[in-house]
Amino acid sequence: MNVLAYLIPVALLLGLTGLVAFLWSLKSGQYDDLDGAAIRILPDDDIKN
Amino acid sequence: MAEALDLSMFVERRHAGAAHMTLAVEDVACAGCIRKIESGLGKLPGVIDARLNFTQRRLAVDWHEDKIDAAGIIKALERIGYRAYPFASERVESDEGAQVKWLLKCLAVAGFAAMNVMLLSVSVWAGNVSDMTQETRDLFHWLSALIALPAAAYAGQPFLHSALKALRARELNMDVPISLGVALALGLSVYETAAHAAHAYFDSAIMLLFFLLCGRYLDLAMRRKTRMFAGNLASVKAEFAHRLDPGGELTRIPAIALNPGDRVLVRPGERIPADGILINGRSDVDESLVTGETLHRAVGAGAAVYAGSINISGALMMRVTAAGGGTLVEEVERLLEGAIASKSRTVRLADRVARLYAPVVHLTAALTAIGWLAAGATLHDAIVIAIAVLIITCPCAIALAIPTVQVIAAGRLFCSGVILNSGDAVERLAEVDTVIFDKTGTLTLPDPAVDPASDIDPGLLERAARLALSSRHPLAVALADKAQERIPYPDAVEEPGQGVHAMIDGQEARLGSDDFCGLSETQRQVANDGEASFIAFAHAGRTATIHIRQSLRPDAAAVVKALAGRGLRLIVLSGDRAAAVAPVATQLGIRDWRAGLKPADKIAVIDQLKAQGRRVLMVGDGLNDAPALAAAHVSVSPITAAHLAQAQADALFLGNRLEPVLHAVAVSQQARLLMKQNLALAVVYNALAVPLAIAGLVTPLIAAVAMSGSSILVTLNALRAWIRSPRESQDRRKPSPGKAVPPSFPLARDEWREVSP
Repeated sequence: MNVLAYLIPVALLLGLTGLVAFLWSLKSGQYDDLDGAAIRILPDDDIKN
Repeated sequence: MAEALDLSMFVERRHAGAAHMTLAVEDVACAGCIRKIESGLGKLPGVIDARLNFTQRRLAVDWHEDKIDAAGIIKALERIGYRAYPFASERVESDEGAQVKWLLKCLAVAGFAAMNVMLLSVSVWAGNVSDMTQETRDLFHWLSALIALPAAAYAGQPFLHSALKALRARELNMDVPISLGVALALGLSVYETAAHAAHAYFDSAIMLLFFLLCGRYLDLAMRRKTRMFAGNLASVKAEFAHRLDPGGELTRIPAIALNPGDRVLVRPGERIPADGILINGRSDVDESLVTGETLHRAVGAGAAVYAGSINISGALMMRVTAAGGGTLVEEVERLLEGAIASKSRTVRLADRVARLYAPVVHLTAALTAIGWLAAGATLHDAIVIAIAVLIITCPCAIALAIPTVQVIAAGRLFCSGVILNSGDAVERLAEVDTVIFDKTGTLTLPDPAVDPASDIDPGLLERAARLALSSRHPLAVALADKAQERIPYPDAVEEPGQGVHAMIDGQEARLGSDDFCGLSETQRQVANDGEASFIAFAHAGRTATIHIRQSLRPDAAAVVKALAGRGLRLIVLSGDRAAAVAPVATQLGIRDWRAGLKPADKIAVIDQLKAQGRRVLMVGDGLNDAPALAAAHVSVSPITAAHLAQAQADALFLGNRLEPVLHAVAVSQQARLLMKQNLALAVVYNALAVPLAIAGLVTPLIAAVAMSGSSILVTLNALRAWIRSPRESQDRRKPSPGKAVPPSFPLARDEWREVSP
């Protein structure tokens, strides 16, 4: 059962990372314009020849 | 236009000369549009940043005020090829935006906690039937507590706030049993864990919160979407007024920025922007949006005019008066106050259920505890079992039963062009047994059009229509719609108050009043049927009179028939003359009609129907309908309705067709049926689970399976609201083109009909 000593913290930490990442993306406005994000990747004018 | 455009009310000033404005942009359809707009504006001197929100079709611009102004930015957008309208964000909308974000945060926290607590709980369930030691189980329970307690304290806030608010008002809503259930489940679990017991309910409590938050979030997100759409529509339709400044210059300002005492110039063909008194000028005004009367009223200096009427012939100068300046507006507002005050508050289905549910559940729990004590159980066991009853009856499925259906019904209605203003409109629409229609602008189209029955040589009509493109007279505007080739004749000249003339094929053509076109006395008498307005046309020795009238909405007859087929009683109440109402009612086959009604008369009819126990749906658009809209059980307005009427309506519908009204009733009736089914499902679940709980047989595993199972079942049943009922398929014999697609902003041109031409 010693394996629990590090498996449980690892599991919790992974979950927490996901939660923090979500809260950060929400705060930085990444969900404000979902349709726009989907089509903004289409123009490739940022590629310099 | 030479006059200055004043948009200062939309501009938000930020630090050091920087300004910010939000615009609703039309015709944004693809990735190319985003780039064109953003880079096009970015190149302008003074523009700091331009960012288009594609979901909302709104553009946020920041600029330096010393280099460019708001009007310049809108002009620049027009040059790029996009029409933009300044957008004044409503408070409700930004509040809802913040609320949605908060719910999403709560949802994320609850989701995280539910996953991790489940991870531990499943291990315990497996361990309880195999070889888990008590120490490991206790560790898992304490870890669960460590995750669940802070998560529930955070994610439970929406329910706790709402429950406390209800309790303070000495009422019960569904959030009271929810909060109590969650708090007790957590409290009991901590106590049991400390006592090294085998069972804890952390997973149930946190999962319950997660499911309920999903429901809440979807409900609010749907409402926000429709509100955003309505907000854009409002800025597209926003009216502008020409204000005469004390210096004598004309400034174009938004009509909402007008103050009492301002002097305003109204040109022919324009809509009157505010209530007021005429200072000088003479003209005819079309007050169909105000009183429902289709005959024009002649006005001169000193006459009261109302916002929403159209100035037909001459330029008018008016002074804006405070709201209630006209006798009609005063009367309408007085009636409105009365109607709102006397409106019986309908209790939402969910609250009705909550009022019944909470006491029954709490009583059952108390009786269970007493019963077990009487049967000789220890106080500890009796309380644990009683709390288990409360946990298992915590109304997850019941709380989801209604909002899930509501979300899907609102989404379906949105797709067919109905925007709901109030949350419980669906419930009330479903109860309707009488439908009252206004005539002008509701059964008929809001804008007059060329009478389809008139028999005119197509070539002549085309020339007349093309000539009409050069005039702003409302009759000419209606005629100009018919023009196939939309290029005005180059040498067309408008004679104010008379008409337009131009040389066509070397011969003079005239369009306008009968005098202007040289109509004979007999022609004049034939043309004047006392009903429709007409416009005369003369070219190369031939003359024609073209009738312009308010025609029925294209599908009015079919919709009326379908509504009658549903067993609804139909009535037409109009402010217009009997001579104008009778043919419409006959054509639609509505026997029950009354004409020449004042706002108070309409209310009287509704009150009388109410006294007979009938539930009335009022469909109307005029200022004179506003009190009736407020007094009715539920009300619907077309999007072209007067502002005051729109504010009272529970739902708005878009477009030229009347079909959305039928849809609103049909979808709502189906939704109500599903709500009742869902409640029944939830009751069945309780009927099965409660005896188990009372018997003391409920383990956390059973609680988790039963609670999530019933929630999922209820949600799946709600999804059936997307499926058209067989009844509805009968109603619409030929399906409308294409499948149900949500209206994108902006609408097709003919759907919203620009208000000021």
